[in-house]
Amino acid sequence: MKELALRRKVYDRTLKGLMYFCTALTCALLVFLIGYIFYRGAGTISWELLTSQSSYINDTIGILPNILNTLYIIFIAMIIVLPLGVGAAIYLTEYAKNRKVVALIEFATEILTGIPSIIFGLVGMLFFIQFVGLKQGILAGGLTLVMMILPTIVRTTQESLKTVPQSYREGALGLGAGKWHMIRTVVLPNAIDGIVTGCILSIGRIVGESAALLFTAGFGLVLNGFVQSLQSSSATLTVALYVYANERGETSVAFAIATILMILTLIINLAANLTGRKLKRK
Amino acid sequence: MSTIMSAQGLNLWYSNNQALYDVNMELPKNQITALIGPSGCGKSTFLKTLNRMNDLVEGIRIEGKILYDGQDIYDPQVDTTWLRKEVGMVFQKPNPFPMSVYDNIAYGPKLQGIRSKVRLDEIVEKSLRGAAIWDEVKDRLNKSALGLSGGQQQRLCIARALAVEPKVLLMDEPTSALDPISTSKIEELATELKKDYTIIMVTHNMQQAARISDRTAFFLLGKMIEYGETEQIFSMPKDKRTEDYITGRFG
Repeated sequence: MKELALRRKVYDRTLKGLMYFCTALTCALLVFLIGYIFYRGAGTISWELLTSQSSYINDTIGILPNILNTLYIIFIAMIIVLPLGVGAAIYLTEYAKNRKVVALIEFATEILTGIPSIIFGLVGMLFFIQFVGLKQGILAGGLTLVMMILPTIVRTTQESLKTVPQSYREGALGLGAGKWHMIRTVVLPNAIDGIVTGCILSIGRIVGESAALLFTAGFGLVLNGFVQSLQSSSATLTVALYVYANERGETSVAFAIATILMILTLIINLAANLTGRKLKRK
Repeated sequence: MSTIMSAQGLNLWYSNNQALYDVNMELPKNQITALIGPSGCGKSTFLKTLNRMNDLVEGIRIEGKILYDGQDIYDPQVDTTWLRKEVGMVFQKPNPFPMSVYDNIAYGPKLQGIRSKVRLDEIVEKSLRGAAIWDEVKDRLNKSALGLSGGQQQRLCIARALAVEPKVLLMDEPTSALDPISTSKIEELATELKKDYTIIMVTHNMQQAARISDRTAFFLLGKMIEYGETEQIFSMPKDKRTEDYITGRFG
């Protein structure tokens, strides 16, 4: 009897210790990674780097074009994907009658979210550039990203629409509201937190995406205006990181970009959390 | 006593299941009509046909007529916005919108195209007074309606329905989610409201039907078994099945 109790105790303790070890290791890895990137990158970040463009003649490096390209591509992708995705989600949850077709589309969107982004890049290149005839640039890249994040936007919007209680819909219809009026005044305001969170997470994905953009947005490091950038090769921060690290051997610049990307990701996640919570509370 | 709504030869199917069989019923004006019967007997289904809330259900098929003010409400010409303004509805669970008290009440009138702030203020006060909840919420019109108690929320929902000045008020077990005190407030209110409105109420609570309704209809398995003065139904029902039900032999 006593022996059994002892064995149980030892067993319990050992496992607990193991869990601690796993947690500690995970944390250590994370801290090391973040610390290392900051350590290697922070020193290189300067006002100069952030506000100029690279020049072979002066032999200087600046990442302003890449920061702008990232913003451009976020703008282009979001302005297209948002109405498309939210509209599709509203149709699927509120209007669509044929449950089987809806289930099929939902299944398809789920599959799409799991496809490696390089494949989206390949398809984007073949379709938008070779078939449609766009030039490498922000537009082709943005459209490729639209394909990539559309499923995410559709799914997150659908999920948040589904959380709106049916009784709200009945209440509005019972007062004589038409279907769209009901959706606009009662359903959407109550799903907005989920939609916004989905958007912010999608922006996070755009910021971190490189594979899908290599073939479509291109490697250009030149400073362009928005309209110009649409049809000319423009590297986003992540692509620039690849270029500086792999082709120019400027590891310190790559680390500086990595630091900036990490800070951006942190800000975006915080923003997603905050807006999600803030919108829910009212 | 004039009739405000009537059902004539009403049959209803959910896909292949018939839920209502040949219901004929005259609903008198300015009275409370109670619909009673065991679960699944079709009383709620019948109630919902009266303002076409059933339209949303997939695979539903309706035969027969429902007349409101002499007009068949299932006529394709009929605008459901107009119909639901005339025939309002209060649901089983209080379902205020997650907006301010004021916006909840103003929702219906705004749908009717009323934009003037002065006019809306008037309607909000009048409706809340009408639903006997004005004194409790007048200081918190701009606060969320979800902060109210269950009973207050239900009276708010009644006020919200009143705000579009309906003629008929459908109530689907309006007190089943409420405590006894809130229930008696709603019952009092219903008795008060029948001066100006016609009320048709589904209830599981036999005492409630006996206490406040003028007429009672007993439903069983999709058929309307008996319909008459509440007093008569409860004291000397003509049909054996009605008697069995109200004496609690099944339910």
